[in-house]
Amino acid sequence: MQSIVEVKNLSKHYKNISAVDKLSFTVYEGDVYGFLGQNGAGKSTTIRMLLTLIQPTEGSINLFGLKLNAYRKEILQSIGAIIEKPDVYKYLSAYNNLKLFARMSGAHRTEKELLQQLDMVGLKERAHDKVHTFSQGMKQRLGIAIALIHNPRLIILDEPTNGLDPQGIADIRNLILHLSREMKKTLLVSSHLLNEMEQVATRLLIIDKGKKLVEGTTAELFDPSQILIELETLNNAEAFKLITNSNWQSALQPKRNNSLVLKIHRNIIPDFHVWLVQHNIKILSLQSRHSLEDYFLQVTSGEQHVAAFAN
Amino acid sequence: MWQLLQIELYKIFRRPRTYIAFGATAALITLMQFGLKVDGQEYADFMLQSLGSFDVQGKLLNGYMVCYILLQLLLVHVPLLVTLIAADMISGEANLGTLRLLLSKPYSRTSIILAKFFATCIYTLLLLIWVAILALFVSIFVFGTGDLFLMKTEYIVLIKQNDVFWRYCCAFGFAFVALITVASVGFFLSAFAENSIGPIVATMSIIILFTVLGTLNLPVFQTINPYLFTTHMVIWKEFFDEKVNVNNEAIAGSIQDMPQIIHSLIILSIYIIGLITATVWVMRKKDILS
Repeated sequence: MQSIVEVKNLSKHYKNISAVDKLSFTVYEGDVYGFLGQNGAGKSTTIRMLLTLIQPTEGSINLFGLKLNAYRKEILQSIGAIIEKPDVYKYLSAYNNLKLFARMSGAHRTEKELLQQLDMVGLKERAHDKVHTFSQGMKQRLGIAIALIHNPRLIILDEPTNGLDPQGIADIRNLILHLSREMKKTLLVSSHLLNEMEQVATRLLIIDKGKKLVEGTTAELFDPSQILIELETLNNAEAFKLITNSNWQSALQPKRNNSLVLKIHRNIIPDFHVWLVQHNIKILSLQSRHSLEDYFLQVTSGEQHVAAFAN
Repeated sequence: MWQLLQIELYKIFRRPRTYIAFGATAALITLMQFGLKVDGQEYADFMLQSLGSFDVQGKLLNGYMVCYILLQLLLVHVPLLVTLIAADMISGEANLGTLRLLLSKPYSRTSIILAKFFATCIYTLLLLIWVAILALFVSIFVFGTGDLFLMKTEYIVLIKQNDVFWRYCCAFGFAFVALITVASVGFFLSAFAENSIGPIVATMSIIILFTVLGTLNLPVFQTINPYLFTTHMVIWKEFFDEKVNVNNEAIAGSIQDMPQIIHSLIILSIYIIGLITATVWVMRKKDILS
């Protein structure tokens, strides 16, 4: 597989703060590369360094096999990006913004092509309205249209679902899947919404305090079919004793918030439920947790030996 | 570069704020022309009072004189209007959040910054042409033409009617350089800010401070006066001063102190080149965090 992004020992220091510290990772062609980390982990700084907005303190960045500092123009022609917020010229219409950024990206598009692009993101009807009349979701969709207008090979989306309603989040998810599966684009997506990333990412990178914690395919990092469930009963001590003396003992995880936590396969959750009832356990709640979210929390809080997963 | 320049001009002229300066100058000039049309003769009589028994023949308050009166006032205020645009060119994009999008496009930062500066120059030129049309051509249309009668501090200048127009062309050309200097100050300060209020206020403050320093006749300030750009911005008036021959007669087509004009143009050009080079340098090094 051809590497599209190859970052080696990338660092960015601000006086006494290391925003990014010797970060290395590789994005391959066709990846939907999930870039995860808590606020201030260094995701945006890394993305800005990929787009030459921030000068790295040290390290190297290669995109499409070319050194970024030597082939900046050629590389940036092949990248479409939304960086944090999809800010555009509010005093211009969606159509004029798209036309302007198409020209700036070196793509001369006809009126028909521009309107088709706006149609793809559901903004054709509002094409000639000024952007200051748009909702956050509409601006986000316009930002995506701008990022895609010059048909880039690599699409970088920094927190693309920020400020969107559930429908908007679902639309972005479907768009990412469409771009990846139908249009064969490579995507690097940073997001806080772990359950959304779980549904679209093929490979993941988790960073914390500027450092890489883990990188790999979702299958390498965790098994999405293994679900974490939180169990709360009328008598948790009794339930705990029962489970530790049964075949379910191996599924037990550290307790959280007085709840029992078990990691079991999705398909046997009904069996577990029946087993609890048969043993006269009074269940107050039985909730499943997103496995990526749990994995992320484990990794970022240092509960897991990350070296085993790191490439 | 040409494409970037077109894009920058497109952005400037699609913003409502751009037209504030055009509207403000039009209102100001029209108001003053109206005032001079109504009470102009009283104004001229007042001017002549200090001369005692001075016999003036012909039309003293003509279009050329009105234009001179207007320029004396406008070339103090127009720089403030130019600042509104120049100081917003980079900081305004940072405030909108579009700077990061712009600088991640496949153009060098130098090209983008220079395109923005040249667009500011074109805006300034158009504003100056607008002022010229209103202050000179409309004044000529309303008040007619005639010899230009000017009262300097220690003497009187009378420039023949057919010797005036080219002086205005030169004065507007000089004013363009002076306004670009102001624009360069605003543009430079704009590189450090993430909203346009700061650089606009800072530029206006610098203009006011330098002007005050230039008008204070204190020895401590007189040593720095020759290096303040505001000192040189008013040198356009030198185009309206003629040489005289041994008989104390004005020499048509002459300029009294051409070396001073050239000196001022050099000082202003140094300011422009220095500030724009510094802006490009700052922006090339700057991490875009907005």
